[in-house]
Amino acid sequence: MNPTRKRRLTIVLLVIAAAAVAIGLTVFALQQNMNYLLTPSQVQSGEATRYKTFRLGGMVKAGSIQRSSDSLKVTFTVIDAGGAMPVEYIGILPDLFRDNQSVIATGHMDNARFIATEVLAKHDETYMPKELKDAMAKAHEGKQVNEAALQDKPQ
Amino acid sequence: MANWIPLWLHKLGSPPMFYRFAGTLRPWAMAFAVLLGATALYGGLVLAPADYQQGDAYRIIFIHVPSAWMSLFIYAVMAVASIIALVWRLKLAEVVAMESAPIGAAFTFITLVTGSLWGKPMWGTWWTWDARLTSELVLLFLYLGVIGLYHSFEDRRQGARAAAFLAIIGIINVPIVHFSVNWWNTLHQGSTVRILGPSKMSGDMLWPLLTMMGATKLYYIASLFGRVRTDLLAMESGKDWVRQIAEQEARK
Repeated sequence: MNPTRKRRLTIVLLVIAAAAVAIGLTVFALQQNMNYLLTPSQVQSGEATRYKTFRLGGMVKAGSIQRSSDSLKVTFTVIDAGGAMPVEYIGILPDLFRDNQSVIATGHMDNARFIATEVLAKHDETYMPKELKDAMAKAHEGKQVNEAALQDKPQ
Repeated sequence: MANWIPLWLHKLGSPPMFYRFAGTLRPWAMAFAVLLGATALYGGLVLAPADYQQGDAYRIIFIHVPSAWMSLFIYAVMAVASIIALVWRLKLAEVVAMESAPIGAAFTFITLVTGSLWGKPMWGTWWTWDARLTSELVLLFLYLGVIGLYHSFEDRRQGARAAAFLAIIGIINVPIVHFSVNWWNTLHQGSTVRILGPSKMSGDMLWPLLTMMGATKLYYIASLFGRVRTDLLAMESGKDWVRQIAEQEARK
């Protein structure tokens, strides 16, 4: 390689390295704010006190959904591996909202309850036909495997 | 000249050689792209079973995911061509980099639009500022920046050089897009298709997806070669080989 090209290559590589370092540091500095959501256990350990509103992510506890008979008000409990949080929401829920579904709720804390202004459903990266899913569920039935294990778990 | 590069590769770098090579390959690439694309669409929309969770709505994946792969793949091609253009000043590399940008931008746009259409019924929102969606939007802006910068110079080679710098700086965004779902908590789910380890998709859904990936790759080749050929003619318009082609065309 002749000297001119070598110099140009060095400059190009230096530019890439400098940009990578700059962006790396920025991302590292913003790491705290780049998380889209907090889990119930994170909230209970006090990580959410810095925020007025934040997103709460977790799984809808099976059997916890209660719909009001005369309004769009819904209450349910969002759980993760180590915590649970009662959520209250007034509005229309996405199609995928149901027991054991991962959801992300935006809102604020009101004492021990979370008042959501928006509820989004998160789905996992698994795709399979219904028959296969049923067959798998059947195979698991005897072992009493929580359906949650098949779903995407928020970290 | 470095002697580890085979001679045919050197020859291919010359505009008239590449013009002919691309002209021969382009119709084949286009034909196979259409064939594979049609097969993938039939497989994905008709043969593949409905998803256990999302029903038929998941079928947009056969457009969304291949487009997203292409948006990253084309950016990588563009960045590598830009490095070659900056260091070795190869005309062909400049042309390949600059002509890749609009194709990549189109794929990125399709990814964002189909993702939005998919997000509304499934997640409950058209758009949200999570890491995957935001970084993909940044990718679109990078493509638009490269296109804009290239065209803002009077001299196209100077423009290509400036835009190539932007392209190689932007390459840092590519791994961010890819790994964003692992590095941060996002609304967007993780990767379904994995190179290492088993994919999280049943086989009768996976093959149309991979076929579509082949189709988009071939389409990119066909589209790029067409654009590069026109650009080479314009760039070398004073040269003998272009005059010969012009005379041949005139005789027809």
